[in-house]
Amino acid sequence: MSALTALARASAVQAGVAQPIATVRHVHLSSRPLVFIPLSLAGEAHAPLAALVGSSVESPQLLVVPQPRNRDQRFGFAATLAEILVSYVDSFCGETETVAVDRGRDVRERYVDAPQILVPNGGGIGFVRLFGRSTRFRRTTGEWAVDPAVPLLGRWLTFFAERAEYPGSSMLVSMTGALGMHWATGQSSVEDANLAALLGWIAPPAGMTGAEAALEAEDPLRWPPAGPATDPTFDNEVLAPAIESGSLSTLEKALRDQLEPTWELMWRGVSLLRALPAGSRVERRWADDRGAFTGYVEYVAEGGFPQAKLDVAVAAAQRLAKLERAQALYDAQRAYDDPLVLAEYRLTGEAFAGSVVASSPDRLDASGKKRVLRPHITVRSDDPVRLGPGVTVVSPARPAQKGRIVSVSGSDVVLELSGGMGRGLTAPPGSVPEVGERLTYTTLTESYQAPAAFPSRDETPWTHGGPPAEYVPDNEDAAEEWS
Amino acid sequence: MTSLDRLRGDVQPKNHNARTIAALTANPGCSRRAVMDAAGIDKSRLASYIGFPARFGQSQFAITRGNAFEAQLKANGCAELLRLLREALKLPIEEASYDDLESLEQMDARAARSRQLLTRAASGEEGAGTLFDHPLLRLEVGGRWVYLEPDLVALRTGGKFYVVEIKSFAVIDGQADGTKVSAAATQSAVYVLALRRLLAEAGHDPLLVSHDVVLVCPENFSNRPVATLVDVRKKLSVLERQLSRMARIDAIVESLSPDLTFDLAPDSSGVPQRPASELVDGLGQVDARYSPECLANCELAFFCRHEARGTTASLGKSVREELGGVSSVELALSLASGSASPEPDQEEAAAMLRYAAKLRAEIVS
Repeated sequence: MSALTALARASAVQAGVAQPIATVRHVHLSSRPLVFIPLSLAGEAHAPLAALVGSSVESPQLLVVPQPRNRDQRFGFAATLAEILVSYVDSFCGETETVAVDRGRDVRERYVDAPQILVPNGGGIGFVRLFGRSTRFRRTTGEWAVDPAVPLLGRWLTFFAERAEYPGSSMLVSMTGALGMHWATGQSSVEDANLAALLGWIAPPAGMTGAEAALEAEDPLRWPPAGPATDPTFDNEVLAPAIESGSLSTLEKALRDQLEPTWELMWRGVSLLRALPAGSRVERRWADDRGAFTGYVEYVAEGGFPQAKLDVAVAAAQRLAKLERAQALYDAQRAYDDPLVLAEYRLTGEAFAGSVVASSPDRLDASGKKRVLRPHITVRSDDPVRLGPGVTVVSPARPAQKGRIVSVSGSDVVLELSGGMGRGLTAPPGSVPEVGERLTYTTLTESYQAPAAFPSRDETPWTHGGPPAEYVPDNEDAAEEWS
Repeated sequence: MTSLDRLRGDVQPKNHNARTIAALTANPGCSRRAVMDAAGIDKSRLASYIGFPARFGQSQFAITRGNAFEAQLKANGCAELLRLLREALKLPIEEASYDDLESLEQMDARAARSRQLLTRAASGEEGAGTLFDHPLLRLEVGGRWVYLEPDLVALRTGGKFYVVEIKSFAVIDGQADGTKVSAAATQSAVYVLALRRLLAEAGHDPLLVSHDVVLVCPENFSNRPVATLVDVRKKLSVLERQLSRMARIDAIVESLSPDLTFDLAPDSSGVPQRPASELVDGLGQVDARYSPECLANCELAFFCRHEARGTTASLGKSVREELGGVSSVELALSLASGSASPEPDQEEAAAMLRYAAKLRAEIVS
């Protein structure tokens, strides 16, 4: 929570409606996302109860487990879901494009589009992860055989859940998370976890304030919880008798009634997000998602093992390092794309905005062997400058050009510029900021950061348990109880 | 009639349990909850009556599963639990004996019998039990005795006691939901503390009770139990500190108006006769410290939230802090726009708010 967001929340209270905290959209939105609303049975170990799933608002498909404690019916549910999800995933394995990888030393193919799953909330992502865990090790032959689609579903669900941890990925997105990134409501983040209440603040019905709409949204009779947990009163008064009655149509109606309001909310959220213009770097991050998707399609086709239950030491360290780099890059990209996000860094002193008051575009640095073009500009800052000489800053308006702070006196900052001006000793017109130009400079960088070096799996040091044993699929995994 | 009885009125007091004590320590600054709980007032009933019902239903599916899991563990004299505990605590087999204390109906008798058995075990007497099922412990909370009922207490050779807590949430690949584990650990810490005090009163070393509690949960997606040792030292120190602070409940009650009561004054058919507005006024006399976390912990939370509208605290602790600790939304916004002049101790917060408002205004038109 930054002070700007906190202030936006305060303003939302006064205005009676949520306030924007982003000027552009920072998540990718597919033209045909798969909306997935799972429900699980209370108390059980992640037993699926029902789901509403589909990639268009008009055609939700209802999946129900008539006796949630019946193992075969659970796998039946998994097989039906697999049919829907795997064929959705497969539908993106068509057209590819050729892209340069390894810093231009190689090329590879990448699918031009990729699947995107939208769930209502963080609990939905948790459901995807655990349902993936409970299905991906199953065997399709022998004693505990399940439908061949079930383990494949498990691997895809696990892939999506792992992608969801990756900062900036849009492959598996929670609607509350996506909306909360773009709007600040006049309630707490605890209450924002309720999708109906969050949307009540963002787009209250005519004649109602956000607070009134949110209050109404908390009534589980009017707006049933968006899952995966169900309303206990519903469980006791509707669900239990419906399961007991043995009538599938009664049960389906009861569950459809619980799920349909959330279905509507999900698509309302989609339209709200679509109405925002996409940030210019969203496409770049989606390209990473498409790359990860392509890679996993290939891995599955080559017969790779399902994802491990726990990462081994080297893989865990690599993954953590990767996530940290992705987080830093994602933070920088959002700030570069969005002045409102950048303003948070101005507030904390990691960025300053101002106008150019002096510029010497032809300045040469002759101190080295070769003379080089190093223009100086003076920026008169509107913000308190908390950065000192020697610090390198970049302006989102000119991301290829770096500025090194030469001196700071009062609100005037002198920068020495390098990059983005061609190879000659005179700067091409427009490549150096001119007097009067308004710019923001920040220490955030989106330039390439080399990955840290890790030992190979076989060289895992003894401090980390030594080289791990090879994974061998065993009967225990395939036969794992699910009760 | 004590002042607490007067506050509650002519009904049976609602008893504390480990869960309510844990919740109490989550927000120790809230006098309202402290007084309500100390007086044994049925907060849930009160909240419903004044139009802010709590929403803490429990699904029958969850209850059934929880009971089935505990029954499975305790079947045949705790056969399955013993197997688990032998592995987790390295209990030697010959030590196994089992005392079921749940069957005693009288609270006092049960507490006395529990005390007798547990102190006998502590003194290392021959033939003292190994497993004590649902013993009844007592803990002083805010000057009142509260009865507590741990699922099980196990005694290992060498005289260490372990509190065993049975929960029905799953541990998957060695990991479980952090909030649930934390809540279970806090509850267990309450039992550890009560047991330690019991032993100390009987002249034994309180540290005979381990700070490691045994959490027994279903493993992965099965009904197979798995035992995990959880260190509750941190929870214990928080708990002890909060409980010592709560000793001041009497002082809070003293400061209340002598005719204040939350007695619903039900008529012969149980329908409350006291006007709701009177109760709301009464609640207003006892300070609450609302935070959004209360919604998950306290039956009165919806009322307190309504009352706290317009405060920065109702937006969450971090929002309040980011707004420089200014307590009201209106004041924060006035300081941000410059229409209110800050008190000397608000200068810094006001400057930051003005700057933030300027930045937002520059970008959001």
